[in-house]
Amino acid sequence: MSTPNSYAAPGGSGRFKRLLLALLAWAVALVIFFPILWMVLTGFKTETAAIADPSFIFSPTLESYQAVQARSGYARFALNSVAVAFGSTALALLIAIPSAYAMAFLPTRRTKGTLLWMLSTKMLPPVGVLVPIYLIFRDVGLLDTRTGLILVYTLMNLPIVVWMLYTFFKDMPRDILEAGRMDGASTLQEVVYLLLPLTLPGIASTGLLSVILSWNEAFWSLNLTSSKAAPLTAYIASFSSPEGLFWAKLSAASTMAIAPILILGWMTQKQMVRGLTFGAVK
Amino acid sequence: MTRTRASGRRVGGFRALSLQAPAVTLLLLWMLIPLGMTVWFSFQRYNLLMPGMTGFAGFENYEYLLTDPALWSAMGTTLLLVGWVLAITVVGGTLLAVLFQQPFLGRGVARVLAISPFFVMPTVSALVWKNMMMHPSSGVLAWLSNQFGLPAIDWFSSLPLTSIIIIVAWQWLPFALLILLTALQSLDEDQVEAARMDGAGPVAIFFYITLPHLKRAISVVIMIEMIFLLTIFAEIFVTTSGGPGLATTNLAYLIYIRALLDFDVGIASAGGVVAIILANIVAIFLVRMVAKNLDD
Repeated sequence: MSTPNSYAAPGGSGRFKRLLLALLAWAVALVIFFPILWMVLTGFKTETAAIADPSFIFSPTLESYQAVQARSGYARFALNSVAVAFGSTALALLIAIPSAYAMAFLPTRRTKGTLLWMLSTKMLPPVGVLVPIYLIFRDVGLLDTRTGLILVYTLMNLPIVVWMLYTFFKDMPRDILEAGRMDGASTLQEVVYLLLPLTLPGIASTGLLSVILSWNEAFWSLNLTSSKAAPLTAYIASFSSPEGLFWAKLSAASTMAIAPILILGWMTQKQMVRGLTFGAVK
Repeated sequence: MTRTRASGRRVGGFRALSLQAPAVTLLLLWMLIPLGMTVWFSFQRYNLLMPGMTGFAGFENYEYLLTDPALWSAMGTTLLLVGWVLAITVVGGTLLAVLFQQPFLGRGVARVLAISPFFVMPTVSALVWKNMMMHPSSGVLAWLSNQFGLPAIDWFSSLPLTSIIIIVAWQWLPFALLILLTALQSLDEDQVEAARMDGAGPVAIFFYITLPHLKRAISVVIMIEMIFLLTIFAEIFVTTSGGPGLATTNLAYLIYIRALLDFDVGIASAGGVVAIILANIVAIFLVRMVAKNLDD
């Protein structure tokens, strides 16, 4: 019996080489993942076990999870993160869908220029505009509010959202919209009854990317919030004070903070690449 | 017929304009107002602690900033941070992408594990590394060096910038890997096979086929990383607060110190202008590359 295999050299040495490569790849993957694994494990230890000699063997406890929930109002920070991530994503989609629709289906000479200009706003380093945004927010009372963060994140992600939606819309067959128009559908009906249902997977992955980016954003959240509207990024940062090392609690809080996004990230790898490179890598 | 089409186009143009108006207007405001204010403030005497001192400052703020040793130290730190992280993530990411492109048992799971750090929020990565990994007595790295009979390294006091570089590289290596792996999937297998038939070894294939194929993806990775790495903030904020001394103060952190700790709006704004100029030099190339891709 022969197994045709065009990739490996025939014979035992090829198989051995491939086994070595597999082991190497797995070793690398585990080393890279180790800090996350270690954090998850530490979250189930007692504070004493957390700073003892590293060990995989311990009796797991939910102590730290309970402590985090009870002590610091973890739920409030988590709620802020959810509100800000989903609020800004919903707002960004609402503003971006008409814009991407126009770019994909009613292109003009200026469309390409507009698209590129939108991307270029993404290149503005946040620290370059920190001072004015901070002062404006202070003067209009948006400092430490969810509304303020939602606004900033919406604008921060808008270029990527428009861009991704545009690429998804452009892939859609035009005949269907054309047929709808023939039947007398208005633009709004066209968008609501034809475009949105047909491009729902694309819209969903665009939304997920926006949620991930907002959830993990840590420059604006650290600078524009202090307590009331602070999301999880800022809450975790409060563990950096040297007054006491609560590794197990830090780990429990961190695990809860990253788990949902890690899972979303695993699910949307492909779309991430499309969005993060503005389609330059497919 | 022609007339309706012509008018239809005009109506279409108007419709296109009005549909895009919200997004364009908001982004325009978001860009122009803060940008304008930053430039304006950078020419003003404006310190929140000294409300009496106001007025046009000319280039005073720039003069102060450019003669401030802290700026040059911060520039150096920024450069080192960006340079090292880029080197590690691009070289490492390329090698790992080739490695993970090989078929092996459980490849999907291994890939997912390897790209995970990219989805971890920066404050979590920084604190996990600072405490559980790099702590001089209870950290995993200290324990490891003890196992080999080596003295434990006090990472953040003896090698502060290196520590930050390690953390940031750990976050961005998965990004490079993810992008380059995607790019590798469009590599023509027949070409590789043909080269192999002609007797090319794996090293030759890597340098003459794989690397040229990845060239564009690599430059995209470099540019996107540069834009983010130029203004790394949270990782420094939660670990070293820019110290010891100015050892880990990059440009972004220096501006933060001047603005929100010293309350000197004028000088912080001048710093902001410098940061914007730096980022724009990179951005021009990136936008140009994306534009070229748009024509294909």
